[in-house]
Amino acid sequence: MTTTTGPHPTRRLILQGAASVALLGLGNLPFGATPARAAANDKYPEAAFRQKSEADAIKALYGKTAEPSDKVKLDAPEIAENGGVVPISVATTLDKVTSISFFVAENPNALAASYKIPEGTIPSVANRLKMAKTTNVIAIVEADGKLYSATKEVKVTVGGCGG
Amino acid sequence: MASTIRVRATANGDITEVQALIQHPMDSGFVKDSKGELIPAHFIQELKFEYNGKDVFVADWGPAVSKDPYVKFSFKGAKKGDDLKISWTDNKGASDTTTAKIS
Amino acid sequence: MKTRSALLLGSLSAALVAFALTSPRVVAADKVDPVADAKAFQNFFFQKFPNVKHEDFVNGPYSMNEDMKRQWQEKEEFPPYEFALDAGKEMFATPFKNGKTYADCFPNGGIGIRQNYPYFDEKEGKVVTLELALNRCREANGEAPYSYVKDEMASLTAYMAFTSRGKPMDIKIPDDPRALAAFENGKRYFYTRRGQMNFSCASCHVQSPGERIRAEILAPALGILNAMPIYRSEWSGMGTTSRRFVTCNSQTRAVPLEPQSDEYRDVEYFLSYVANGLPISGPGARP
Repeated sequence: MTTTTGPHPTRRLILQGAASVALLGLGNLPFGATPARAAANDKYPEAAFRQKSEADAIKALYGKTAEPSDKVKLDAPEIAENGGVVPISVATTLDKVTSISFFVAENPNALAASYKIPEGTIPSVANRLKMAKTTNVIAIVEADGKLYSATKEVKVTVGGCGG
Repeated sequence: MASTIRVRATANGDITEVQALIQHPMDSGFVKDSKGELIPAHFIQELKFEYNGKDVFVADWGPAVSKDPYVKFSFKGAKKGDDLKISWTDNKGASDTTTAKIS
Repeated sequence: MKTRSALLLGSLSAALVAFALTSPRVVAADKVDPVADAKAFQNFFFQKFPNVKHEDFVNGPYSMNEDMKRQWQEKEEFPPYEFALDAGKEMFATPFKNGKTYADCFPNGGIGIRQNYPYFDEKEGKVVTLELALNRCREANGEAPYSYVKDEMASLTAYMAFTSRGKPMDIKIPDDPRALAAFENGKRYFYTRRGQMNFSCASCHVQSPGERIRAEILAPALGILNAMPIYRSEWSGMGTTSRRFVTCNSQTRAVPLEPQSDEYRDVEYFLSYVANGLPISGPGARP
């Protein structure tokens, strides 16, 4: 980030952009701190998206850890037909759900998508994600201030990060 | 130019099911082009659905969401003929907005 | 060997049933007999996959694998070819510089006619595919032709296929020795091994549909063109019939032909004819 010359000016711009967004979001906190994000916070969770492991990403996004729950129903294929487009959905019978997030454990950055679920919206989301290789998909449901998770391994034979 | 946003919103009783497909490259920043140059990351960061001036669904996305992203959810309280506003913003500051009729 | 004898047996018995009363056509086994060939071709797949509904073969690998079928059904809820379809519809309706449109070049204004392509043009003495007819339409109206393997052609054919969905493939072979020769030539191309891997089209799509070749599940040859053009996740985009043939050749390390060369036109004629009766399902989505 301190280099002034490099082959990818656009990438540098994006990193600068990322840093300024992070600063906006974190106030005066030193870079690298991972504060909990209030559920009602409308800011884009830049820091969480930059974490590598799912544990760090969950911590950066929510500031706490999740417990597995059979009330979180994660639906994903056994074998993804193409890692670039893996249909993944989650539904839950839990009450007072405020958000649902998807993590792909061994992607370069684990957090893939996070959805705010306002009151009146059904806690059920379907989306399509990229997976670099065979790994676990983790769905987190935030309900009544607590985190619940479900995990499923999806086999990937054609990775979603190739050219 | 045609909208980048395709929406199907269908009310069934009190529940409206919404499906959206958005035309966007969702470049992850990890893929190289045919010349071996890294294609810079270019992805939608926020996608919002508003009904009656209130957010009913907000997506925060990273680059691991598939190209031409798709999402499906349902919410309560809307009727056939009502408007649903959809908007997105990407990491380069581009955006698009559309309004769909609930059918 | 087993496959080949089954095919031969199939074609023989089909021929016997279909032509019991017109024995002269049966006697000479080397006579070109598209009706018998189509019947044998279809029976081969129906018997190899007794649990697949006949009209389901047009859905390619998704007709043979449950886990994949679910992923496909999810995709079809909002299919990835939607944008190409919209673009094709708009292109189709947009007049050329001379004020004419694609509709002026085709029977029924180009709507609901996909199932009749390719056809044998008796004036030219050759097979004319939909992609070829579209470019000829452009050139006749003073427009530059599109690439046969790129998005514009895929979008146009996607729209034309969409307006024909569900209609049974209906390819005619006129009583013209040149038409029969084209069919036979296409059949020969389909069954001939070539390239470094010494594969024919049939090695994968007749002998091994439903099985994996490396990471991919092979589509059955029966009905494979009914789904064209296709959005392939692997390509992150649309592909025409021409693109499909070219990729098929290059993936088996054979030298691809020029799109719309005589052989490709003939193999499209053969493959479409033997799928007669199966519904048009294009545009399709594939892994």
